[in-house]
Amino acid sequence: MKQTLKQVRTQGSATIAVPSGEIDLQRSPALYHELVRICKTRPEKLIIDLRDVSYMDSSGVSTLVEVFRCTRSYGGRLVLLSPTARVRSMFEIAKLDQFFTILDSEQEALEQ
Amino acid sequence: MSLPPPVEMRIASDPAKLSEVRAAVRTTAVGVGFGEGDVEQIALAVDEALANVIKHGYGGAIDQPIDIRIEPVADRGHTGLRLTIRDFGKTVDPAAIRGRDLDDVRPGGLGVHLIQSIMDEVRYETTEGGGTRLNMLKLNQR
Repeated sequence: MKQTLKQVRTQGSATIAVPSGEIDLQRSPALYHELVRICKTRPEKLIIDLRDVSYMDSSGVSTLVEVFRCTRSYGGRLVLLSPTARVRSMFEIAKLDQFFTILDSEQEALEQ
Repeated sequence: MSLPPPVEMRIASDPAKLSEVRAAVRTTAVGVGFGEGDVEQIALAVDEALANVIKHGYGGAIDQPIDIRIEPVADRGHTGLRLTIRDFGKTVDPAAIRGRDLDDVRPGGLGVHLIQSIMDEVRYETTEGGGTRLNMLKLNQR
């Protein structure tokens, strides 16, 4: 299974994961496993930086919903950072733009 | 404006093929004159339909056939795209295909909801010999 995260780093109590490319039925299982592995380390805040994700389908969104549930299960927080217009539009059609915390500034994501 | 010719593809039910289909859909949608936002949404709807075939029609098997037709049309004073996806898998009861309840944030059914939100017409047909044919139409409102 090919890696989907091009970078993972920690900053204070936050872990920032940076996936890239197109997240579809082929790649979302790998993304799911990589993000759940991070979630199991119980970061206080998990920030998923989506700026390099050029496309996402419902399997990618489902993955994010599962990761949201994972973080919530131990009292952590999930923040989605800087989705492209394409990906943001997908959240809007799915009516999940109000469900997720979506921010465009990493500083704000770290401080909030 | 002359419409581009229709595109017909047969792919294996392998998720690795999805990006190839999205590329073909985008190219034809651009040729019909859709704007960037619509192009992406149409590609997404086709992607979701194919994902449903792979997951539910073929139970995840990656070597089964799926026929796709991407047909530019002129209808009701608009240009548009008619998209047909035919599989030969487990017959799905069209009455059972519906979007999820959006008040319940669960992944299941999201793909169907997206298809119905994006397309102007969505019609499922069971076919002789098994399988399902999905007909979708998107008109260019620009």
